Amino acid sequence: MAKYILKRFIMMIATILIISTLTFVLMHSIPGSPFDEERTSNPTIQANLEKFYKLDEPMHVQYLYYLKSIVTFDFGPSIKKPNESVNELLARGFPISFELGMVTILVALLSGTILGTLAALRHNGIIDYLAMTFAVVGISVPNFVLATLLIQQVAVTWELLPAATWSSPLHMILPILALATGPTAIIARLTRSSMLEVLTQDYIKMANAKGLSPIRIVIRHALRNALMPVVTIMGTMLAGILTGTFVIEKIFAIPGMGKYFVESINNRDYPVIMGSTVFYSAFLVFMLFLVDIVYGFLDPRIKLHRKEGDA
Amino acid sequence: MVNERKKKEKKMMSSEKVLQVNNLKISFRTYGGEVEAVRGVDFDLYKGETLAIVGESGCGKSVTSNAIMGLIPQPPGIIKNGSILFKEKDLTKLSKTQLRKIQGVDISMIFQDPMTALNPTLTIGEQLTEGLRTHKKIGKKEAKEKAIDMLKLVGIPNPEERLKQFPHQFSGGMRQRIVIAIALICEPQVLIADEPTTALDVTIQAQILELFEEIQLKKGISIILITHDLGVVAKIADRIAVMYAGKIVEIGDKREIFYTPEHPYTKGLLNSVPRLDLMEEELQPIDGTPPDLFSPPKGCPFTARCDYAMEVCDYAYPFSTKISETHEVDCWLQDERANVLQAQNKIG
Repeated sequence: MAKYILKRFIMMIATILIISTLTFVLMHSIPGSPFDEERTSNPTIQANLEKFYKLDEPMHVQYLYYLKSIVTFDFGPSIKKPNESVNELLARGFPISFELGMVTILVALLSGTILGTLAALRHNGIIDYLAMTFAVVGISVPNFVLATLLIQQVAVTWELLPAATWSSPLHMILPILALATGPTAIIARLTRSSMLEVLTQDYIKMANAKGLSPIRIVIRHALRNALMPVVTIMGTMLAGILTGTFVIEKIFAIPGMGKYFVESINNRDYPVIMGSTVFYSAFLVFMLFLVDIVYGFLDPRIKLHRKEGDA
Repeated sequence: MVNERKKKEKKMMSSEKVLQVNNLKISFRTYGGEVEAVRGVDFDLYKGETLAIVGESGCGKSVTSNAIMGLIPQPPGIIKNGSILFKEKDLTKLSKTQLRKIQGVDISMIFQDPMTALNPTLTIGEQLTEGLRTHKKIGKKEAKEKAIDMLKLVGIPNPEERLKQFPHQFSGGMRQRIVIAIALICEPQVLIADEPTTALDVTIQAQILELFEEIQLKKGISIILITHDLGVVAKIADRIAVMYAGKIVEIGDKREIFYTPEHPYTKGLLNSVPRLDLMEEELQPIDGTPPDLFSPPKGCPFTARCDYAMEVCDYAYPFSTKISETHEVDCWLQDERANVLQAQNKIG
């Protein structure tokens, strides 16, 4: 187990390094610089500014400075908001994004598995058809379309819920609905199909022959096996939800990381771009790692550590 | 050999009927129409005996056993007629809740493939004890002790350790032993074994069959053995029912079926088994295939493949003829008017 974690850890570092290098290259290949809007200002001031942010150095030296900032996790001050450091921005934005993302995942997991399981148990029944219609719609409609529709209908026309910002649980409902619908639909479909397959297995027949109650059979015997594929896609889905928060945060004016991230790209705010990208990718890679660990717990056949001679 | 005979003598046989199946008819509704899988099956199961139900694939033997176990999915399955009497209760009329009090407690089942019959994500201990704890309402500790006893009975070493393990940590033969332990843990009166040795290799098969005999001696349970392997039947069955196209065409004592088979289908089955003692003789397969059960024939379903078929066989299903107290056969050849024809055919 320890060996496996160490191996994964080294791979995680390598992944983050590759992502950050790519970010660096991409960031500098976008035309324009952080000081474009201040072109009229004094050239000496601009030169001093560039010197302060080390933008006057050659590319490879900048890259080394950049690597150093990743290792120490100190990205210095933002260019556009010089009185705030990147770390402060992240510390302020991340908890909000994290909250949004996690609640979304929880909502999607719970409602998706319940919906999928019910659909499978009532195969070809009304619930099944309704659930699958919902799933097709949920997968096809992009979250930003859903978000604007929700704001238009629920917040503006019906005036049921607040349209934007992030100040009370009531404010959370619309963004989470917008963000969770897609993943819920995917999880529901997946749970349904794998549940249908699991229910035909011999061990389910055997559980029936033991005279166990149907609820116990579904929860104890079927669900755990049926959730395997769901856990598998959780990793990539996580990435989807987290990047989805960028757009949703922008639409609902939620002061999370996504907002700063989008702004920083528009402004060529190099330290913020670097900081948030590295932070995001590290977080994502870590979550994928967690998913793999969970997988091992759900299915005892998957061994995380391999002994000599094991197949 | 002597040992074998002793075993047989010790075996308790009684005339007490544990289970009665009367004129059972089961169909399945499919897109292609209604399949009449079981078309009127009658048999009794006595206390402490092993009844083997043999027949080729699709003859309805598994459907019959699933019906006794209450495992026919309805729909698409329909129990059209007949009754399965157990302890004066008709299992076909019970509600699902009532049925659950019998499933796994009084009647339990062993499945064909031990590789898929155990849940891969639950420990052996949990799978062994959950039925016990659901039905007998006993504590965790007591259930565990019982589970250890069962594992000892079916011959699994280190039972305490093994309880914590998962199915993938066992070999095929070991898993079948566990499946048997699970089936027996609530001390049922009837055990249905649906091809319990088909998925195992031959050396393990023999061990499992011996285990069956041993358990039957110890616990006095009745076993319904579903198989198409006549070797298995010869080893452990007391009585044999031969099924063909959803009907029992011949039923009798093991010796009667093996030495004096009366139905041409039974004869055909026995002739198609390879024998080491008759090297020169070629195997005689039964030509043709079983009838389509979407539209089963009016008369005897074996007519098309039967060497002795007569005109009457096409029109009417034969009456059951008692040859001895235990031996019954459904065949027109038993009718006295058929004797002449049969003799002619043999000469020809």
